[in-house]
Amino acid sequence: MTVILGQSFTGISIGAVLLLIALGLSLTFGQMGVINMAHGEFIMAGAYTTYVLQKALGDAGLSLLLALPVAFAVAGTLGALLEWLLIRRLYLRPLDTLLVTWGVSLMLQQLARDVFGAPNVQTRAPELLTGNVTLIGGDDPLTVANSRLFILGLALAAVAALALVLALTPLGRRIRAVVQNRDLAEVSGISTARVDRTAFFVGSGLAGVAGVALTLVGPIGPTMGTNIIIDAFLVVVVGGLGRLKGTVITAFVLGVLQAVLEYSTTVSVAKVLVLVGIVAFLQWRPQGLYTLRTRSLV
Amino acid sequence: MTATTEQATGVRSTAGEPAEALELDAVRAGYQRSPVLHAVTVSVPRDGVTAVLGHNGAGKSTLLRTAAGLLVPRSGRVRLDGEDVTRRAPHQRVARGLAYVPQGQQCFPQLTVAENLRLVADGRARGRAATDEALDLFPALRELSRRRAGLLSGGQRQQLALARALVTEPRVLLLDEPTEGIQPSVVAEIEETILALTRRGGLSVLLVEQHVGFALRAADRYYVLEAGRITSSGAGGESAHGAVREALSV
Repeated sequence: MTVILGQSFTGISIGAVLLLIALGLSLTFGQMGVINMAHGEFIMAGAYTTYVLQKALGDAGLSLLLALPVAFAVAGTLGALLEWLLIRRLYLRPLDTLLVTWGVSLMLQQLARDVFGAPNVQTRAPELLTGNVTLIGGDDPLTVANSRLFILGLALAAVAALALVLALTPLGRRIRAVVQNRDLAEVSGISTARVDRTAFFVGSGLAGVAGVALTLVGPIGPTMGTNIIIDAFLVVVVGGLGRLKGTVITAFVLGVLQAVLEYSTTVSVAKVLVLVGIVAFLQWRPQGLYTLRTRSLV
Repeated sequence: MTATTEQATGVRSTAGEPAEALELDAVRAGYQRSPVLHAVTVSVPRDGVTAVLGHNGAGKSTLLRTAAGLLVPRSGRVRLDGEDVTRRAPHQRVARGLAYVPQGQQCFPQLTVAENLRLVADGRARGRAATDEALDLFPALRELSRRRAGLLSGGQRQQLALARALVTEPRVLLLDEPTEGIQPSVVAEIEETILALTRRGGLSVLLVEQHVGFALRAADRYYVLEAGRITSSGAGGESAHGAVREALSV
């Protein structure tokens, strides 16, 4: 029983990481339809921001806290720049966007190698996050790493913040309007170009925050983003494009599935099984878990 | 000096404002390699209603999309209150007093009725007051304010589309077939509202219609558009019926 619970919690923490990574994509890919292959490098930028801040400040706790807003700003600015310089010229040309952003992704990886060196680097986790919490005591205890709990909390806070911004603020209304009907938004007086850039800033900024979280569970390297970006795309596609709820549920379901299958088989076999499951699911529901529902498709 | 000579010479009226609220001057426009409009000139007098009539595919909607800025003309000029806005983005034209209600009762289906209006009111000094005024014209929308726009009937969606345009407090309103595809019981209501809007002053309207009767009742001036060219024009009113019917059957 403890084993199942333990694996489930491992799955939830894998899901939380996936969710943090996929959240920014749910905005730029899910809502705006841009396939940004450099999204993974914004995660890397967030992680290196944490590393740089820790080098500069020394204190692990303070630098981690400070890294959250700074990484958001750094990755967000990179994203907004990429949108302004390249992506906005390629809207409605998905293959060109994919190629160009892939090129940018390679350039950013090389830049990281040039600045920080090819080998991975590591940050120290703050003391508070290095221990474990015992959820179930006794002979067969269930413990969870504090850092995993922190990531879960961070992921849920980021989802709540994004959901609130989208639901309640003028920016959120504008983003949703542009996604639903770009021309109508423009003739309603909304500068869609500005909304695109802001949405890109927020989506890429969230990737930066994911990068900060990843420093707690693994090393920082130039290719760290590329290794996880495909999983994040899968989460957004399976969840249903443009649906935050779908992204959240899918991230946790895939995380738990991965963890349980890993326990019963091996890491590679689990990965293959999850991918086969996704392919089968998308055959059945190509639009993903959740879709936009209206009486009329205006 | 008559309005006609002012229009022909481009002379400004005594108030210092151009006599024409909106002018499309020798506009050529189209999609990719298909030209749709061939040197079309249409002017909308200040505080007047101008109707553009024509069959399906004549280029009426293309004309309005060009006026709204969604299509950039290949040549020719679009002037709003005398200012050349040919290269201005649609949202910049909205800021200069142009509103556009496209064909097909368009709205943001996933946003509620209230959000559809707040979206436009956000950041406007008179946003809240203008929303209230627009809702006074369509009181049914008040009761539906929390409903998603995609769940409204066609008539309700058209009311919402008109209200959304009015929240921007336009001086020039572009209407693309406002009663098309709407249940007959609501058509009269929408027509009456449009007539009331045009009579209260301060608003110039460019109305695209297939329904000749309503268009001529509302219009001070009409144009007939056939295959991307203006083939006939004249003063509006019921008496123009015969001439328009003849022009449309050619």
